[in-house]
Amino acid sequence: MGELMLIFVSAMLVNNFTLVLFLGLCPFMGVSAKVGTALRMGGANIFVLTITSVVASFLNEYVLVYAPYLRLISFIVVIASLVQIVEMTIKKLSPALFRELGIFLPLITTNCAILGLAIFQTNRGYGFVEGLFFAVGAGAGLTLALVLMASIREQTELADVPAVARNMGLVLIVAGSLSLAFMGFAGLFTS
Amino acid sequence: MSPRATTPGQDFFRGVWRENPVLIQLLGLCPALAVTNTVANSIAMGLATFFVLMGSSILVSTLKKLIPAEVRISAYILIIATFVTIADMVLAAVVPEIHKALGAFIALIVVNCMILGRQEAFASKRPVGRAILDAAGTGTGFMIALLMMGSFREILGNGSFLGIPLFGDAFEPWIIMILPAGGFFTLGFLLLGFAWWEERKKVPVHPRHWPHGVTVQVDPGEAAAVGGSGAGGVRARRSEPMSRKED
Repeated sequence: MGELMLIFVSAMLVNNFTLVLFLGLCPFMGVSAKVGTALRMGGANIFVLTITSVVASFLNEYVLVYAPYLRLISFIVVIASLVQIVEMTIKKLSPALFRELGIFLPLITTNCAILGLAIFQTNRGYGFVEGLFFAVGAGAGLTLALVLMASIREQTELADVPAVARNMGLVLIVAGSLSLAFMGFAGLFTS
Repeated sequence: MSPRATTPGQDFFRGVWRENPVLIQLLGLCPALAVTNTVANSIAMGLATFFVLMGSSILVSTLKKLIPAEVRISAYILIIATFVTIADMVLAAVVPEIHKALGAFIALIVVNCMILGRQEAFASKRPVGRAILDAAGTGTGFMIALLMMGSFREILGNGSFLGIPLFGDAFEPWIIMILPAGGFFTLGFLLLGFAWWEERKKVPVHPRHWPHGVTVQVDPGEAAAVGGSGAGGVRARRSEPMSRKED
C-alpha cells in the first residue's frame, strides 16, 4: 500500500504532469481562465486518464507482447475510440453529467497527457493496480495545476498589467513560478 | 485566403516566421518546453518533428481524395503515428543517447497539435508540391523556435553551447534555466520580447495640444502618408509618457 501511495503522490505533486513534465499544456493554457471550467476540465481529465490506464494495461498484457512496434498506433486508436464510445454512453444515460464533462472529452482524447500516461506506465512497467493509482494521481495533479492557474488568472484579469504582457507571456511566467513552487515537493521523499 | 492567393515563397516563409508554430501560434508547446534544456536535444527533436511533418504532409496530400471526410482525423493520426514510429526507431538506432534523453517525448510527437493542424488546415486541401513547401516552412519555424529556446537555456543554465564550455570556471550556471521552470520562463520572456517588438513598430505621432505622444495602429507605410498631422478617424491610444518624443 505504501508503494501505491508513493506512486500517487509522486504523480500528483513531485512529477506533476503539467508543471514538471509539460504534458497537457493545451488545456492548461486554453481553459484556465475560469475556476469552474478548470475544475470540470480536471474532472474530465481524471476520467479519461483512468480509462486510458486500464486500456493501456490490457493492451500491454495481451496484445503488445506480440507486436511491440504497434504500441503507439494501437494506444492512440484504442483510446480515442473508447473515449468516443464512453462519451456517447454518457450522453445517452446521463445528460446532466454530459453537459458538465461532455464537451471536454473529445478535446482531451488527443492531449499529450493521455498518451504520455500510457507511455510512462508502459516504460515503468506498472501493472493494473499501480497504473490506476498513477492515473488518478496524474489526473489530480493536472486538476490542481489547472485550478491554481485559473485562480491566479482570475486575479490578473483585474490587475493593471503592462500592455506587452497581456497575452500568453504573463501566463507562461506565472506557470514558471508555479513550477518553481512544485519543485519544493521534490524534498518530500528523501530516500 | 483563397488557395491561389499565395506564391510558393509565401507558402514556405509563412510558417517560418509570421505564423511561427511555437512563438506566434503557441502550438506544440509540450516538446518546445520539455526537451529544450540542451541544444543537442533541441536539434534532435526539431529534426524528428520536421521529418514527421514532412512525411505525413506528403502522404495526406497524396491520399486526400481517398480519405473519407468522416474519418479523416483518425486517418491523419494513423499516418502521423506511423511516421513517429519510424522516427523513434531511427533515433534509437542512430543516436541512442539522445533518444534516451528525449524519452517519451519522441512518441509524444503524435499528439503535437501543430502537425495535425497542418494536415487539417493545409495538406488535405492542397496539391503535393505546396504541401511540401508548407511542411518545410512550418518545420523550419519549429526548429528555429526550439533552437532559440535551447541555446538560451543551455548557455545560461549550463554555460555551454552544444556541450562546449563558453565562459570558463568563473561562470556560475543558472541551474533554474535547465529545470522545468526555466522552460516556462524562457518562452514567457521570448513572448514578452516579441510583444514589445510589435508594440514598438506602431508609429508614434504627435498631434498638437496633446500632452503625450499617441500610438496609432497603422502600418508604417500608411503612417508616413498620414504624417504627423493628428490621427483623425484612426483608432488612437495614449502611449506611455516616456514614448519616443524625439521622433
